[in-house]
Amino acid sequence: MPDATGLELLAAELGDAARETVYFREQATIEVDPTRVREVLGALRGKGYSFLASVHGVDYYPEEPRLGVIYELLDMARVDRVKVKVRVTVEEPEVDSVTPEWPTADHQEREIYDMFGVVFRGHPDLRRILMPEDYEGHPQRRDFPVGGEPVIFTRDERKWLEEPSEPA
Amino acid sequence: MSRPENPTLSDYRRREQSVTLSQLDEPLAAGEDGSETSEELLTLNFGPHHPATHGVLRLLVTLQGEVVRDIKPIIGYVHTGIEKTAEDKAYWKVIPVVERMDYLAYYFNAMAYCSAVEKLVEVEVPPRAQYLRVIHLELNRIASHLIWLGTSALDLGAVSIFLYCLRERELILDLFEMSSGQRMHTRYFQVGGVMEDIPRGFERKVREFLKLMPERADEYGAILNSNEIVLQRLRGTCPLDAETLLGLGVTGPLLRAAGNPWDLRKADPYCSYEHFDFKIPVGTVGDNYDRFAVRLAEIYESVKIVEQALDGLPEGPHITEDRKVALPPRHELATSMEALIHHFKLVTEGFRVPPGEVYAPIESPRGELACYVRSDGSSKPARVHMRDPSFVNLQAVSHMVKGSYIADMIATVAMLDPILGGIDR
Repeated sequence: MPDATGLELLAAELGDAARETVYFREQATIEVDPTRVREVLGALRGKGYSFLASVHGVDYYPEEPRLGVIYELLDMARVDRVKVKVRVTVEEPEVDSVTPEWPTADHQEREIYDMFGVVFRGHPDLRRILMPEDYEGHPQRRDFPVGGEPVIFTRDERKWLEEPSEPA
Repeated sequence: MSRPENPTLSDYRRREQSVTLSQLDEPLAAGEDGSETSEELLTLNFGPHHPATHGVLRLLVTLQGEVVRDIKPIIGYVHTGIEKTAEDKAYWKVIPVVERMDYLAYYFNAMAYCSAVEKLVEVEVPPRAQYLRVIHLELNRIASHLIWLGTSALDLGAVSIFLYCLRERELILDLFEMSSGQRMHTRYFQVGGVMEDIPRGFERKVREFLKLMPERADEYGAILNSNEIVLQRLRGTCPLDAETLLGLGVTGPLLRAAGNPWDLRKADPYCSYEHFDFKIPVGTVGDNYDRFAVRLAEIYESVKIVEQALDGLPEGPHITEDRKVALPPRHELATSMEALIHHFKLVTEGFRVPPGEVYAPIESPRGELACYVRSDGSSKPARVHMRDPSFVNLQAVSHMVKGSYIADMIATVAMLDPILGGIDR
């Protein structure tokens, strides 16, 4: 991890794309402008952070803007990690896809789209990945209720088809 | 056979039901330019229920003759919403849930989650607990590699090795049963340490196993390395270079097989791994044989680590003394009011965790397994996300098998070692 000073220097080099830095439990996070995430990740790759370890989706409900996407970058030579975070609103959940430069983000962006409804502009194949294709809603959002999923057993098929809203 | 169309069906279901086999009844015609019909592309649905997919993985394979032209993995069949469930439970009650993700590497799931929570609450893990964790993690790594070796060899047509591998795995599960009472999903790791100290006789049993395991691994190597069929199906098939693998986010034995010695146990030691002397096996070309050889060699290294951990096992507590996160010992409940209060608070509400987000990576049998935990200050996590190596590594399969034969695809999926419980979560 870069130390707290290193993080500030790193953020300063990113210019006005960086909005905020957080140094928490020896882990460095840079929050950046959601429209410039590809540019920022490209700049960090130039500084040696050339491995995208993971992409997480987060719902910060009730804080605004609610949705967050976090990119975990890793510098394998210096064994140094830095998080890049973008925040978008539920009304306009759009972030540029980083798949052209980072092919590993493909499945992970699809997962975040599936679970949180963040739309990644320019993703080659943005479909649901874990939930069924005809599923409605984004289940990992904090305001999505737990339970109430109808369980479709063959013995209840008739009943379920007749009253689709009623859990069998 | 056609069904009456149901108006309540969604577009997707309707499309799914509209697929019929009527095309099969029509005679095959030659192509327009007189080419052979075998040159046409054929889309083959492989799975989700197929013994060679190592779980409920579905692959849409586009074939030209016997050559794979395109492959699309379709996942989600065992998605059980574990990450959502975790948000509804107190921190320490999440452990058994996350353990069930990658069901062959349960200690690793618990380890990733516990170390993330330990970072958040800033709790020190006592040295004895760290060593006990290493012992169980490495035994679990051997068990996971044994299942991989057995099932992969089964895919390649070698049946007997599967029985041998399960025989040795059984011994490891017996050890787990001895230390925690469970054979799988043991919930042995707790936030701040491990559940209980190892029982008497455990060390002797582990040492017996450690003496046996390298001999047995020699036997596996002898069987498979002298099997012409296995060698022909593994050597030189579906290689992928380290550069492409890194771009795809692939870590673990797959990356090491391509010659990159990246291993978090060495690169960024956690849980006292810096105390142990072990080697990182690497391959040269990154073909299926290297993937096989690297994992087989890792079994010997894990044996070495467990041996050293047993030799150097420090004395001391097996779990942190911090009563705010760890349950007090049973005998204290009868004598100390404070212990009773702590016990009550922990069991009913659980401990509160300072707000923040952390990412805790460890080296699982399949690569970088990491847990991202966000806390909002309450006693339940606001977000638990597992970076499961199988989920990320699965993206490499299409790069590996494009242009090779369908039989090599079976071998490649086997050498990829995907665990669908971890992929779908």
